[in-house]
Amino acid sequence: MYTNDFEYYRADSVDDALTLLSDHAGAELVAGAHGLLPRMKTGDESPPALVDIGQLRGLDMIEEDDDGTDLSIGALATHAEIADSETVRQRASVLADAAAELGDPQVRNGGTIGGNLAHGDARSDPPAALLALDGSLEVRGLDDKRTIDATDLFEGPFETAVADDEIVTGIRIPTIDDAVSGYRKRRDPLSGYALVGVGVWLRTDGETIEEARVAVTGATTTPARLPAVEDELEGEAITEDTITAASAKAGITVDDGAFVSDVQASAEYREHLLTIDTERALYDVIDISQ
Amino acid sequence: MSECNISIIVNGEQHELTVEPRTLLVSALRDELGYTGANVGCETGRCGACTVRENSKTIKSCTRLAVQADGSEIETVEGIADNGDLTTLQEQFQEQHGLQCGYCTPGMLMTADTFLRENDDPTREEIREAIEGNLCRCTGYQNIVDAIEATADQLGGQR
Repeated sequence: MYTNDFEYYRADSVDDALTLLSDHAGAELVAGAHGLLPRMKTGDESPPALVDIGQLRGLDMIEEDDDGTDLSIGALATHAEIADSETVRQRASVLADAAAELGDPQVRNGGTIGGNLAHGDARSDPPAALLALDGSLEVRGLDDKRTIDATDLFEGPFETAVADDEIVTGIRIPTIDDAVSGYRKRRDPLSGYALVGVGVWLRTDGETIEEARVAVTGATTTPARLPAVEDELEGEAITEDTITAASAKAGITVDDGAFVSDVQASAEYREHLLTIDTERALYDVIDISQ
Repeated sequence: MSECNISIIVNGEQHELTVEPRTLLVSALRDELGYTGANVGCETGRCGACTVRENSKTIKSCTRLAVQADGSEIETVEGIADNGDLTTLQEQFQEQHGLQCGYCTPGMLMTADTFLRENDDPTREEIREAIEGNLCRCTGYQNIVDAIEATADQLGGQR
């Protein structure tokens, strides 16, 4: 299976890649190419040129800031590296979960976190984790750099706030000690993508939920936070009643028409599953026996 | 139509070749260099029949452009046997009837060989998770898991 013809350029620095992007109209960036190449094979995308940043060094680190408040992950870190990272597991387990649930071992070795998030596939797992963690993307253009918050990133199917002439260099995640998080995926058995994926992040004092972030991927046309669920959780005691009441809001919080309907599951069924999976995701991270 | 000169090491042997940018790594290996071990199955990154190692990590060579692999070290199923002697893993695939049509076998072997380097005493559940990216439409996986488990048992802590 061959894609259409294209020109190929391998960048030797971020600046070089930005110059190549600006010199070649319509050029697309690739690293693992696991988002783009399958879509080029099917003809959904046909860029005239690819700029390969996969070999750039220094963009695959996973590290905590000195004061331990932020986690920095380079755009070229693979899903396998994130899934296996003890630091990510301890500080942002919802992201480690999502990376470990993505695809299969070979795909996790090939795909990168920066590419995944910039690609904006609403069926993929990391978007729910980034949203639940309230993370952000660090992005560079030819003349400037900026930060894109997770809540501003996902604009539509395969559409993100990352501009065509920009490069995602890393992601930044705020972390605190008394937070718990996790990701629950209901896998589409055919594609391996999320039929429904729910990321949850909670800050508690052991008895009360002080702050909550809940996000969905797979079920909706665009990955999104679920504010109605979050509002129902915040300030409440950690009880089964709280979880039941909050999960029941999962469907309401999504706009009409935003649930995906396809051969695998109707919009109505996805809405039903989202309620169930939100509840299960919350039970995964909360110890209810106390 | 542009072309690129690339240099890759396959099973320890250096190769220089000229490819179109759109040439998939699996096509370069098979059609340009004659390493037909990696099979072309679904070509969508799903079935894993094209699994090879690039710089010691398993990848699906249908979801990789040959130009992306420029400068890389590739290992295919042809390279895992020592001087033509089958490895324990290959022998166990034969012993345990871990294949029927055999189409998935090269990819399955590359995945299992790599997995056993990281985990020399796996549970059956861990084995099943490890071969998640390799589809087999004949065996029902039972005998493949048996073969990988028997290999781990036989090699013990030797690796």
